[in-house]
Amino acid sequence: MSEERHDNSRRNLLKGLAGIPFAGGVLWGAYAETRKLAKEKDKILNALDIDASAPENTADLSGDAIRVGVIGYGGRGQHLIRVLGFAHSRWLEAVKNNEAAMKAFTDQEDLNVKLTGVCDVFDVHAELATSSFPECKRYKHHEDMINSPDVDAVVIATPDHWHAPIAIKALEAGKHVYVEKPMTHTIAETYDLMDAVEKSGKVLQVGHQHRQTQSFITAQDIINKKILGHISLVEVNTNRNDDVGAWQYNIHEKASPQTIDWDQFLGSAPKIGFNPEHFFRWRKWWAYGSGLAGDLMTHDYDRINCVLKMGMPDSVMMSGGIYTHNDGRNVPDVIHVNMEYPEFTTGSSREEGLEKGMTFVYSATLGNQYTRPTLLMGHDGTMELGNSLAVHVDRNSTRFKSMIKDRLMDPNVPIYSYDPSANETDGITSATAKYFADKGLLWTYRDGKRLDSAHLHLKEWLNAIKNGTPVSCGIKEGFEEAMTAHMASISWKLGRRIDWDHENYRIMDVPGYDLDEVLLGDSVIQPEMLAGI
Amino acid sequence: MTYSKNQLYFLVILRMAIGWHFLYEAFLKLLNTSWTSQGYLLNAEGPLAFLFKWLGSESLIGLTDVFTISLLLVSGLALTFGFREKAGAYAGMLMLAMFYLAHPPLPWLSGAGPAEGNYFIVNKNLIELFALGVIAAFPTSHYFGLNHLLSKKQAS
Repeated sequence: MSEERHDNSRRNLLKGLAGIPFAGGVLWGAYAETRKLAKEKDKILNALDIDASAPENTADLSGDAIRVGVIGYGGRGQHLIRVLGFAHSRWLEAVKNNEAAMKAFTDQEDLNVKLTGVCDVFDVHAELATSSFPECKRYKHHEDMINSPDVDAVVIATPDHWHAPIAIKALEAGKHVYVEKPMTHTIAETYDLMDAVEKSGKVLQVGHQHRQTQSFITAQDIINKKILGHISLVEVNTNRNDDVGAWQYNIHEKASPQTIDWDQFLGSAPKIGFNPEHFFRWRKWWAYGSGLAGDLMTHDYDRINCVLKMGMPDSVMMSGGIYTHNDGRNVPDVIHVNMEYPEFTTGSSREEGLEKGMTFVYSATLGNQYTRPTLLMGHDGTMELGNSLAVHVDRNSTRFKSMIKDRLMDPNVPIYSYDPSANETDGITSATAKYFADKGLLWTYRDGKRLDSAHLHLKEWLNAIKNGTPVSCGIKEGFEEAMTAHMASISWKLGRRIDWDHENYRIMDVPGYDLDEVLLGDSVIQPEMLAGI
Repeated sequence: MTYSKNQLYFLVILRMAIGWHFLYEAFLKLLNTSWTSQGYLLNAEGPLAFLFKWLGSESLIGLTDVFTISLLLVSGLALTFGFREKAGAYAGMLMLAMFYLAHPPLPWLSGAGPAEGNYFIVNKNLIELFALGVIAAFPTSHYFGLNHLLSKKQAS
């Protein structure tokens, strides 16, 4: 009887405490899985040794405030001035119910700047600034602002044909310059601007703010560590499929010869009568804009140049046409550009002399917006570079051969990925994490704070002005960006390859042509092309 | 409540399986210090997306993550150990309802994240939620689990 009771109580105990081995089993399973992942991650991260840390976001901007004037207070100008700390009344009204946008604005660091001047040839834009910021004076002509003792530095966000002429005059007048891309509109003024920067000793920053983006900074380290091996092909793309993307901006209802200083807008452009479409949609014509190559390829060229530092290509070929918006524009809306770098290498893991040279392909359409990734394709790996960053090892990599054989690296899973929405850099990411990263839930972070990269780019410029620190997109980078775009546009217009003379740092002559005339000209030079220059 | 042997076996297996699943999820999230539910929440879809985006916002995400792990852990332990299994089942149901509502499988939503199957209104989260309803309605801990031990002690 007592034995039976004893049996019963043992059974009861087992039934009662059965949860313990179960919970223990689960805990052991979770621990083993976490350890395994951590070990694999450590092995890979140690092998890669990538430095994902952001640069320090410190700059001493104390003391006298830098007095900034803005020339061109349209869409881009308004954005730049806002990230400098000055949001106009209409924007504040528009976002008053958008807590996130308002918080991002109010949380911005004070850059110790005074907005003392605005110059815009359209009254509505200029008055928006003067009515929103009491200390901001309107200058009717940019030369008045440039020569004003109340302005230390200017932000230039005008149409392209005014970038260099204003920047040069500003530098000559001793002002520091932040100029939007493309840096210049012609070949000649690219050299003139370079001279002006050298002679003035003032700070010039070109507005490629992505140089501040964490993923691009990490990408540079990946290249420096030669993780991708020899990169032979880079593919970059632009895809847009909407009116704003095709530069069909709204024409303001108050636009008239009375509200727009038309002659000042035209500047060096051919003298034509008042045309509000040319004023608001200037990107559609070579006279004011720079086409897809100058307007959008420059972004992508500089993204790659910031990572690879490959500089000027040996040659550029561009094809394309007006295929999606035949609406009177004379710049193409579909282009394909091949830039050749036969001497360039990012390092090789194979026998010496086998690998050298790279083709950089850019293609764009304004008639489709499917996302095509930016790919840097090397013998040892491929880097997908965007807001997020992912490195895939190549199945036939020489450098990682043993790690692939030991199944430590899987060519189908990124060996490295950067996703700012995760708390830390991940060695191996899951399909879901990658999906979220690709969806663009991504911002640039400094010290755990989400920031607008244009704010950081302007801050770098101000720090350079105050403390003599370097800028990340100065005259050298701007020269390479602008000149490569000019070579592409000339190539399209002449229907031939355009070569770069590294020794003399100039585009090689094309007999019979003034290349700046070609660049600014209205259309493709068909007959000569067919004659086979 | 008395059950046939088969009823008891399968009810206990169901309870232990869900407990196992919740505990494993909780332990993995605890051990992986970089885990966060922010991506899942910020990509929320459907009529309650605003609520989940708020839960995933910078100021709340820390609290949301702790809450998620705690709920998974409490529910998992209750089901596995057979102690306060009803409360554990309800906690699990609440958790699963949130997972479900953040990404409801409705044909007009994009369906964030890769799914391993095809779902229309009913998905595995919803089925597990209903299974927990069954567990709450048909408790088994007084046969198998800490409750069994406690009730025997009380009886003796």
